[in-house]
Amino acid sequence: MMNSNATSSSSGVAGSTEISTPRRNSKRPKYSKFTQQELPACKPILTPGWVISAFMLVSIVFIPIGVASLFASRDVVEIVDRYETACIPPASKSHKVEYIQSSEDKTCNRTLRVLKRMKQPIYVYYQLDNFYQNHRRYVKSRSDEQLKYVRSENDTSACKPEDNNGLSIVPCGLIAWSLFNDTYSFSRNNQQLTVNKKGISWKSDREHKFGEKVYPKNFQNGKLIGGAHLNSSIPLSEQEDLIVWMRTAALPTFRKLYGKIEVDLQENELIQVAVENNYNTYSFNGKKKLVLSTTTWLGGKNDFLGIAYLTVGGLSFFLSMAFTVVYLAKPRRLGDSSYLSWNRNPGGH
Amino acid sequence: MTSGEPLLSSSDPLSAPPPNPLSRISSLGCLCPNASFSSSIFEDTPNDLFDVNEGENLFSAVDKALREGNLEYCSPLKSSFCSAESQILQQFPLKCPPQDRKRMVSWGGSMELQQNSLAFGISGGSSHDPENKSQRIRHKSMQIDDNLSHEENPRLIYVNDPRTTNDKYEFTGNEIRTSKYTLINFLPKNLFIQFHRVAYLYFLAIAALNQLPPLAVFGRTVSLFPLLFVLCVTAIKDGYEDWRRHRSDQNENNREALVLQSGKFQFKKWKKIWAGEVVKICADDTIPCDMVLLGTSDPSGIAYIQTMNLDGESNLKTRYARQETTSMVFEGGTVSGLIRCEQPNRNIYEFTANMEMKGKRFPLSQSNIILRGCQLKNTEWVVGVVVYAGQETKAMLNSAMSPSKRSRLESYMNRETLWLSVFLFTMCLVVALGMGLWLQCHKDRLDSLPYYRKTYFGGRSAGKSYKFYGIPMETFFSFLSSIIVFQIMIPISLYITMELVRLGQSYFMIGDKHMYDSSTDSRFQCRSLNINEDLGQIRYVFSDKTGTLTENKMEFRKASVHGKNYGSSVLMSDTSQDTNITVSRTAAPVGKNRWKLKSEVPVDSELMAFLRKELAGDERIAAHEFFLTLTTCNTVIPILTRSLSSSCMDSEFYEDAEAVDYQGESPDEQALVAAASAYGYTLFERTSGHVVIDVNGEKLRFPNDSVKVLVKGADTSILSILKRDAAEDGHIRHATQSHLNEYSSEGLRTLVIASRDLTDAELEEWQCMYEDASTSLTDRSIKLCQTAALIECNLQLIGATGIEDKLQEGVPEAIESLRQAGIKVWVLTGDKQETAISIGLSCKLLTSNMQQIIINGTSEEECRNLLSDAKAKYGVRTSSCRNWNLKWKRNAESHYLEIPNDTKLSNVPMGFSEKEEGTMSTELALIIDGNSLVYILEKDLESELFDLATSCKVVLCCRVAPLQKAGIVDLIKSRTDDMTLAIGDGANDVSMIQMADVGVGICGQEGRQAVMASDFAMGQFRFLKRLLLVHGHWNYQRVGYLVLYNFYRNAVFVLMLFWYILSTAFSTTSALTDWSSVFYSVIYTSVPTIVVGILDKDLSHKTLLEYPKLYGAGHRQESYNMYLFWITMIDTLWQSLVLFYIPVFTYRESTIDIWSMGSLWTISVVILVNMHLAMDIQRWLLLTHAAVWGSIIITYACVVVLDSIPRFPNYGTIYHLAKSPTYWLSILLIICLALLPRFIFKVLHQTFWPSDIQIAREAEILRKRPNHVQSKPDQSSS
Repeated sequence: MMNSNATSSSSGVAGSTEISTPRRNSKRPKYSKFTQQELPACKPILTPGWVISAFMLVSIVFIPIGVASLFASRDVVEIVDRYETACIPPASKSHKVEYIQSSEDKTCNRTLRVLKRMKQPIYVYYQLDNFYQNHRRYVKSRSDEQLKYVRSENDTSACKPEDNNGLSIVPCGLIAWSLFNDTYSFSRNNQQLTVNKKGISWKSDREHKFGEKVYPKNFQNGKLIGGAHLNSSIPLSEQEDLIVWMRTAALPTFRKLYGKIEVDLQENELIQVAVENNYNTYSFNGKKKLVLSTTTWLGGKNDFLGIAYLTVGGLSFFLSMAFTVVYLAKPRRLGDSSYLSWNRNPGGH
Repeated sequence: MTSGEPLLSSSDPLSAPPPNPLSRISSLGCLCPNASFSSSIFEDTPNDLFDVNEGENLFSAVDKALREGNLEYCSPLKSSFCSAESQILQQFPLKCPPQDRKRMVSWGGSMELQQNSLAFGISGGSSHDPENKSQRIRHKSMQIDDNLSHEENPRLIYVNDPRTTNDKYEFTGNEIRTSKYTLINFLPKNLFIQFHRVAYLYFLAIAALNQLPPLAVFGRTVSLFPLLFVLCVTAIKDGYEDWRRHRSDQNENNREALVLQSGKFQFKKWKKIWAGEVVKICADDTIPCDMVLLGTSDPSGIAYIQTMNLDGESNLKTRYARQETTSMVFEGGTVSGLIRCEQPNRNIYEFTANMEMKGKRFPLSQSNIILRGCQLKNTEWVVGVVVYAGQETKAMLNSAMSPSKRSRLESYMNRETLWLSVFLFTMCLVVALGMGLWLQCHKDRLDSLPYYRKTYFGGRSAGKSYKFYGIPMETFFSFLSSIIVFQIMIPISLYITMELVRLGQSYFMIGDKHMYDSSTDSRFQCRSLNINEDLGQIRYVFSDKTGTLTENKMEFRKASVHGKNYGSSVLMSDTSQDTNITVSRTAAPVGKNRWKLKSEVPVDSELMAFLRKELAGDERIAAHEFFLTLTTCNTVIPILTRSLSSSCMDSEFYEDAEAVDYQGESPDEQALVAAASAYGYTLFERTSGHVVIDVNGEKLRFPNDSVKVLVKGADTSILSILKRDAAEDGHIRHATQSHLNEYSSEGLRTLVIASRDLTDAELEEWQCMYEDASTSLTDRSIKLCQTAALIECNLQLIGATGIEDKLQEGVPEAIESLRQAGIKVWVLTGDKQETAISIGLSCKLLTSNMQQIIINGTSEEECRNLLSDAKAKYGVRTSSCRNWNLKWKRNAESHYLEIPNDTKLSNVPMGFSEKEEGTMSTELALIIDGNSLVYILEKDLESELFDLATSCKVVLCCRVAPLQKAGIVDLIKSRTDDMTLAIGDGANDVSMIQMADVGVGICGQEGRQAVMASDFAMGQFRFLKRLLLVHGHWNYQRVGYLVLYNFYRNAVFVLMLFWYILSTAFSTTSALTDWSSVFYSVIYTSVPTIVVGILDKDLSHKTLLEYPKLYGAGHRQESYNMYLFWITMIDTLWQSLVLFYIPVFTYRESTIDIWSMGSLWTISVVILVNMHLAMDIQRWLLLTHAAVWGSIIITYACVVVLDSIPRFPNYGTIYHLAKSPTYWLSILLIICLALLPRFIFKVLHQTFWPSDIQIAREAEILRKRPNHVQSKPDQSSS
């Protein structure tokens, strides 16, 4: 009754208590749609229509993509030649590692048959297998500073254990050290096919990662030779094989671009390849393959994407059909309160 | 208080006597002006007595119940003594320390004024010999000294001598510092505090691991980034908060106050005030520090203060300066003396000290001190000496936050986090073992492998091994480094996210206009930020009654005078206006003074007319005494104001009418006084020595020459001390008792009024005894009790009153909704059984068709029998069966189950079911009283009670003590997994609020203790409905989803890394750049989770309020449970496989490099988790869109930036990728394929097993279509 909580306003005592009342601002929350969580909002629900059309949409998008991908993949002509075993002379089959480490001439001739007409440019890849270019020790063993700047020549701490052998190695690190050194020369009807090795690496790498003034130094001078030697008069930015190699592969089986053949190859043509089989993959049972391939918009030959898209698209189509049937056969009216749990088991409450 | 200590500690009462000034003289009704009497009381210095129950009923002001309440509370040791009477506990809302302390204040104060009485020159009797007096005083002070010396070292304050005061002791100045840091110590202190959190230590440990050379998985700077990031964010947040505190501190510190400096009062900044200084405060000023009053503008030394800032009570409280000092101040002299007081403590209701002045010692108590933060009101000025300043003031010591609780969901979350740790451990083990095996296989070739070199070949260190420590060590290191790589599997960031989300949720809860109480201008308050989601799972609500369910605004409704009932026939609400007018009209001609009440009281015209009659006849005299008692027998202070607001029409009538406002501590008393005023008995002056009332224009001044004891109190205590001879009395008694029953069954609070004539001889005899008792050193309280009993006997019954405690707005509806929501509402009240039941009925807690089980035993045996009878009768099973059933329930978790007891009953196995089904057709209500609870809770009957209580739909506990309330909460909490919520408004609810999982305080009439102890505070009970059904539901849904999503988000990323590591010869390579790995949970994906956690809503508040049963989702733990966790984990596994293998197959035998692959994975995983979230978002706001799509864009931006820095090996990657269609096709495929199972699952679930929420949501959204508008409300209430 006497709860005079700032309600009355008379004089005297009460008045004095109320002087402060108007000054004290009310704590009433400010009204706004935001604070009351009443902002306009879109509240999607899964109506049968939405579900079916979502599946339909997926199938409509996916099936054509799948078909197109599959066609693209089928368009690619690819010649793969595995040569690491074939290129070992029969006498050395039992001790491949010794053979590969010896200094004898390891040239080996291979003949490839073109199964289908190949339009230029034909990409020449080498494919290594079981080679963990993604091993942590390997990936980290490089010095990006050193590759770019002359002044960072001695910046090799990241390259251990291939950082120096008395002097700093440029380019240092395991990656550069293990540079692939098989070479291929192609000929057709005894006529040399030029392999263009320019522009096989990323332009961005050539221009910004590998210095124009950085020259190989003190490279492959150790006791153990890991791979290719580099011409120390060519700056790193032009050593495209190195640049390609230094983009370490993501998976233990990988291809690297070797060069491009810029003439068309006709069906059933025979291509002679002289392989200089220098690279030691025998110590870890790695396979070596030579790959000639054309490309399409999708890249190389790979049916996976097409098949996957077709599968998902097909599945979606099937699901949309299935749900159509379900909704027709056993419709549940949306928002029907008789499905509420407390209405379903009346004994409950 | 917030720390959970009881307000009045039960420490040895003698060593720290609560200053309970007693002197009921102020409330004394018609007492003789006998000087001996007053002087004798004068001897009795109020402060040093431990006399909670001293003379309570004596001069009657006191309701017995109150006293018992006090006793019970103050000295638990005595509970056995009290328990016999404790049924009356809580008859009044004010029974706990705050109230009794208030009382003390006013009474204690009035004591001081005894000198006035002396000054009147009315003297006589024996004890006004000054010598004697001072001796006695000295004697007392000695005793105080003893008390104080029990404390280690009393604080010495030399009045007006700050130099000496501060010479010896290092008292703090009055500068306050709520800020935690200064510029200098900010960094170290903030870091120190931050590293107290486990999460940060985890970060630190991971970062430290990463610094070890063999384990350097990430770059060193990168690995420190997450830690630095959180540290910085938190530091900035802390710093900002602290800066604001600094600013407000500065404002506060630079305020000015008048301080006595070199003989004159001069302005001085607050922060420069020292203990010992004398400060003058003017009206309406805020008090700068805790001060002992020396004098006030009032010659008698009274000051009024408002303690709003301190305890939230808006009524004025009186404080008194000691007479000794008042006179000196008044004469203009300077006071000097020594105050000994206790060390600073946080008890704002207690102050023990004494003052030594001119060789005299006198005690000081709570009534002599004014505290910082209060405002001086209605008093021109006061002068006081500073005793506690700055940080040591009670207000500052009380400003701590309530202890934090941990939410249920969070503890479940920890259980799942343990599972995640198991996954983490397994994955690390797999990697380590793989590494070991791989090394073993390649042992001989480790130096010839081009990609693995364990020794240096050239240079100086040729031949040394390089980072190779032997296969076992390498295996171990690989284990450690995989921990570093997989670190985010343990979602540490989740804790930070959750904090932010809860903060955002609180923002919206606080801002909810539906939870704003305009009558008290109070918003909803979130005092605890840790348990928002618990609000969605509450199963038991324990509610206080008075002030919580009811308004605690008392209205005088009915009176029984001399066995006759008044007020029953009047329809108050309709006629109140009319009657009021008639009152004023009839009262008008009587005298010049018309009293205008500030509030209107309906009156019974019959009684009104009766009071107009001549004062003759028993019944008429009884009526007179009845109203006299109502008017005088209280502590209410009348405040007169010239009426300015009287309307023009009445202006001539009310020319010099005065408005009177009653300020009092007890709403009951206010109601009674106001009612009496309406009937013509207006209290208009109350000083410590006398009371003046206006009876229909005739001024009566008390004490006058008759001696009478007027008593009002609870029926149980008064009825037992009535005179029991006259037959006629028997009749009245009978009638009154039946009226009492009638009143309480209507839910009214009843008081009985009785009186007794006293002869002078009796009075004198009693006075002697009283004095002896009150000055005795041992067993004082018991002696005082006995003394009181001497005079409080043979009382004559006059009548009884019925006061209505109005139900708060919306309470029945709220309770009904909560009940429908499957929440059990238990009411724990101090009221009588009848009152409790009637309130129960009126707020729809009880319905007429409920079977009431009443347990009110008076012995253990009786209780046991009652319990077992009830159990047998209603077929309640024992706990063993229940456990079995609970297990059964758990097994069937995924099914929709109703509230457990219903399930239990409908699903019992054959053997039991037959019996159950028959008996459970009626709903049970258990009513149990505090007395029985004493026997039950302390003995082994607890489980029996539990069984019974949980089978009942409603439980009402009446006459329960505060600690029993906590005991009942504990009963449920310790025996079930169900969440409990306690809601209350008074200090007596504090223990319960702190005990329950969620404590809600009502900012009501009873101060702020409950609010201070609570986790949430609000203005009205009815907001509880919205808090639980709407905000609780939302918060639970949001946080539940947030946790699962965060688990998923981190796990899918880690699993993706894991698959990749398996194809890198277990070498813990990450294809992702270091920065991307770090940014993933910090930048790329964090914002959408937070936004969704704060803003997503499954259902609108309308729907949730309309169908309270939707709340059951929280009970069934629908948004977070083991099942969902495992489903999510399986989904995570699938998604991570898709994420990993689609790119692997797409780029099989291709020239893809590790950085391109990593970039693809980064983008895919970010888009994937965001799409996953987008699929589950139920309400798309603009902000949500921005967050989800913005995250993807930001990720791209970051990737582009990272790929544009030539120093990084991944330079230029994204530019190359973006040109290739394969890249885009892979992403599209990954997203669709990864989400497909989830989508199908969701659709199937919604089609075949729609959840309640789902249906309600459909109904809500499709409501616009007419055919979906259902008669759902009808069905849902079935």
